[in-house]
Amino acid sequence: MNDTGYDYSVVRGFAFSALFWLIAGLVIGLWLAFEMFDPALNLTPWLSFGRLRVVHTNGLGVGFGLSGIFATAYYMLQRLTRTPLPFPGLAKAHLWVFNAAIAAAAVTLMAGMNTTKEYAELEWPLDVGVVIMWVMFAINVFAILIKRQEKQMYISLWYLVSMTVTIAVLYIVNNLEIPLNLYKSYSIYAGGNDANVQWWYGHNIVGFIFTVPVLAMFYYFLPKATGLPIYSHRLSIVSFWALIFAYLWTGAHHLMLTPLPEWIQTVAIAFSIFLIAPSWGSVVNGYYTLQGNWDQMRTNYLTKFFIIGITFYGLQTLQGPLQGLRTLNAFFHYTDWVIGHVHMGTMGWVTMIISASFYYMIPRITNRELYSVKLANAHFWLILVGQLAWTVTMWIGGIQMAAMWKATNPDGSLMYSFLDGLTSLYPYYRMRFVAGIVYFIGILVFAWNIIQTVRQAPAATSEA
Amino acid sequence: MGIYSKPVVFAVIATLVILVGTVVTVFVPMFMPSTQPVSAYVKPYTSIEQEGRDLYMREGCNNCHTQTVRPLRTEVLRYGEYSKAEEFAWDRPFLWGSKRTGPDLNRIGGKYPDSWHYRHMHSPQSMFGKSNMPPYGWLAENKLDTSESFRKTQILGYGYTKAQVDQQIADYKAKVTAPDYDSKATRDEVTPAALRGELTEMDAIIAYMQKLGRDVKAMETQQ
Repeated sequence: MNDTGYDYSVVRGFAFSALFWLIAGLVIGLWLAFEMFDPALNLTPWLSFGRLRVVHTNGLGVGFGLSGIFATAYYMLQRLTRTPLPFPGLAKAHLWVFNAAIAAAAVTLMAGMNTTKEYAELEWPLDVGVVIMWVMFAINVFAILIKRQEKQMYISLWYLVSMTVTIAVLYIVNNLEIPLNLYKSYSIYAGGNDANVQWWYGHNIVGFIFTVPVLAMFYYFLPKATGLPIYSHRLSIVSFWALIFAYLWTGAHHLMLTPLPEWIQTVAIAFSIFLIAPSWGSVVNGYYTLQGNWDQMRTNYLTKFFIIGITFYGLQTLQGPLQGLRTLNAFFHYTDWVIGHVHMGTMGWVTMIISASFYYMIPRITNRELYSVKLANAHFWLILVGQLAWTVTMWIGGIQMAAMWKATNPDGSLMYSFLDGLTSLYPYYRMRFVAGIVYFIGILVFAWNIIQTVRQAPAATSEA
Repeated sequence: MGIYSKPVVFAVIATLVILVGTVVTVFVPMFMPSTQPVSAYVKPYTSIEQEGRDLYMREGCNNCHTQTVRPLRTEVLRYGEYSKAEEFAWDRPFLWGSKRTGPDLNRIGGKYPDSWHYRHMHSPQSMFGKSNMPPYGWLAENKLDTSESFRKTQILGYGYTKAQVDQQIADYKAKVTAPDYDSKATRDEVTPAALRGELTEMDAIIAYMQKLGRDVKAMETQQ
């Protein structure tokens, strides 16, 4: 295919932004992991756990996650429509506005400007910035789709379109607030309504950032990397519509056994169980794509990133609905089990798919060979082992904490104080820190491999 | 083939599909009084308590502490009566939290004297050697900024007049700076000499702690 006219500079810009925020977010994560067993690192107010935790979640979820999504989206949009970006200047501005917003987010969150609504902690002036940033992206998305040369929109484009519209709805509705001044505002919703809106947002922002666009990458880059077509087009259609329909009903499973009306909680449980079907639709579609070609798990370094990545997605989407069941939720909620759950999705599924997508995409947009397949393999094993050790440690710790909260003496009194439960987790918190270091080394190998790839001399061009 | 070749139609349909669950489980409940019922027993925060709540948010306390006691036996044993929907009518935003690295705080009001909180905020480790809570002694080094207090209560619809807000601030200042304040010795210990006659951020966050769950206790004794 002739590449003339495609604009890859913005793809490259977002890819390196992703690497930067990934490393920065992980350093903060390690800092927080240490604070969990030794409060000595709460050196200043802006390094205290309460302020820093939101820098970690926003820095990785939005800084790394979204820039990885934008990088791959600008690439996939051009390739799948066989159309150059309609507004490359706007895309470049988008790159700068995005990075400025994330940097401002980090600074203001450390300064304590925090609305406390999870993954929506930014104060209102930055919310306005985020909306502007999103519109800049959406203009290119819709313009390129309208101008496209390819009649059919491939699966990945459906996911990108649904992300574009849904994130806009979620973000605006949850961030409606009345400003007090430039640094402080109050939610327009009170109590139970605020909680309900927040977790409708909180659950779906995860769904439409950590699931939907990552599935877009999966459906595009898996066939590209393996040379195998997606197993079933029909299954992908059914999975897509069922997924985006059911997702929005499930937020209240984050509010199980709170004062939120019981019917909202129960509806959320029902749809959470239903969600297993479309989630596994994509998992099965991925597995069957490899039918008869499973040797690629050994011979093609990219295949195992995609297949192990989608496996963690499958486990994640089984574990999630089970945690949402009222009885299991009564046990697991508020413990480190849930922290383990989240990190299997982010460190396993999301990072593996973005990594592999970058390994496929970066050499092609820069006309270079990947610097080292051996390093890519080392990266794979380090993040796999690091992530597994991390999440399994937190699951065990979560079970222990929950059991200690519930333990009673024969006379019916509580067996353990709160502090007994917490301090019994310190060995697990130490293990988690070590697992985080292993994972971080894997990510450094990844970044090094990508940087060395683009620093090489361009491959000799075969085309004139 | 249908909508997969019509991007705008596709986007409109996708939006409608995501709006179904949104309307039923989020928008409709906004207009149902049962989602957030109100009770005459649950009073708005005073200006000082609201300042404390804003500090609680600034410091991200909600990242480690929940404010909702679930209707479970061991939970009621540990924290007290389970949380009722009415309690949160004035909470903008809600602060129920999602993780308990520290204990739930929805019933903390009145559980300990102010002196306990001064000492604990100043150095959690001085009371519980192995606690991992960050020390917040520096809150006592910051004079409380009350310049926006009245506007806050206006935005939040608490219905106080400017005079009432000023009175609340003056009353609380008089309380914690009085020579016969029951927690005076501890407060003086953790507060720099220059600020002992002023309201500090520490005073406000403790006022907020002492408000949590208090109205429900009052309701129970009435009934």
